[in-house]
Amino acid sequence: MSTTDRYTTTAIALHWLIFALIACGFTLAVYMVDLTLSPLKLKYFAWHKWLGVTVFLLALVRAAWRRTHRAPPFPPGIPEWQRHAASAMHMALYALILTIPVTGWLYSSAAGVPTVYLGVMPLPDLVLKDKALAELLKYVHVTLNYTLLVLVVMHVIAALQHHFVARDEVLARMLPWTHVRKGNPGNA
Amino acid sequence: MHNPRSTLFNLFVVAALAAGAIPAAAQSVLYDKSRITCVSRQMNVPVEARFKKFSAQITFDPGRPAAGAARIEIELDSFDIDNAEVNDEARGKQWFDAHNFPKATFVAGSIKPLGGGKFEVRGPLTIKGRTNEVVTPFTYKEEAGAAIYDGTFAIKRLQYNIGEGAWKDTDTVADEVQIKFHIAVAAAKAPAKK
Repeated sequence: MSTTDRYTTTAIALHWLIFALIACGFTLAVYMVDLTLSPLKLKYFAWHKWLGVTVFLLALVRAAWRRTHRAPPFPPGIPEWQRHAASAMHMALYALILTIPVTGWLYSSAAGVPTVYLGVMPLPDLVLKDKALAELLKYVHVTLNYTLLVLVVMHVIAALQHHFVARDEVLARMLPWTHVRKGNPGNA
Repeated sequence: MHNPRSTLFNLFVVAALAAGAIPAAAQSVLYDKSRITCVSRQMNVPVEARFKKFSAQITFDPGRPAAGAARIEIELDSFDIDNAEVNDEARGKQWFDAHNFPKATFVAGSIKPLGGGKFEVRGPLTIKGRTNEVVTPFTYKEEAGAAIYDGTFAIKRLQYNIGEGAWKDTDTVADEVQIKFHIAVAAAKAPAKK
């Protein structure tokens, strides 16, 4: 039963860091959009964009890491359809964390507000200012975010199911602390 | 957006209709080819807005710049940053207070040549009841029967009390605001267009 392979420390760190940043960016966005205009609102928008750029950069690193480092194998006994579902889910999550920041960036450009990362590094405007395009990109950005929310909820439910119902190592191998199930020897 | 008259912060008022090879009275601004815009920095992000309505009277002969004159009036209500919420805020009391101070006015006091088709104009700029002298370089060129004036200069918004209350915070919206103007004036003769 050597299925206790964990993800690498790098993969674990990236997973949780990206999760934390997305959680902040998402919450901030939901809160800030309905605020009346104020200096604080402008700050929140800027911070939201900086979070998004950071998520994108980390997601690139993570995708590259994933391509060069094998994920631990599925524990035995996981039905074929669940393996496929898990792989598809992970692909979709990767796609979204890479795509969502880009749609936000394009949306901002189309709205006539360039993105200046951390207030010092201007990103190029890949699209020109265009009201209709801005509306479309806003819709896409928001929709993809709620899609991500739904997928994350499913992802969490699946992880909890593995941990508390199936009682396997699927969740433990991504936890930041070493967690060895009783009776599973040999976890480094 | 396609309002025939543009607007912005600068006003060049050409005071003198006199003198010059070009009879000033015959000059007419081509508003649909002219733009006055401003670029502010929000969280260090440059954001451009346009003043869609302004009026300009310009008398200028590049051979006799000192005799030139200009008066420009910008209707602050026509500020447009392509965002209704920001437009309302900008026209409101804390920013332009366009209801009480509908126009920004610039009057050219003196014009001097800088060489190479460049000039410099100096004069009072009044916004929101406050007047400060500004200096801006500009270029003059003739193109397809029109005289084109182009220039950019910076003002400090707080000198004009633009952005009161919480908006005084210059970390969010910088004090310095760039004003850009591109004004096309039909040539005195043969406006018949080519």
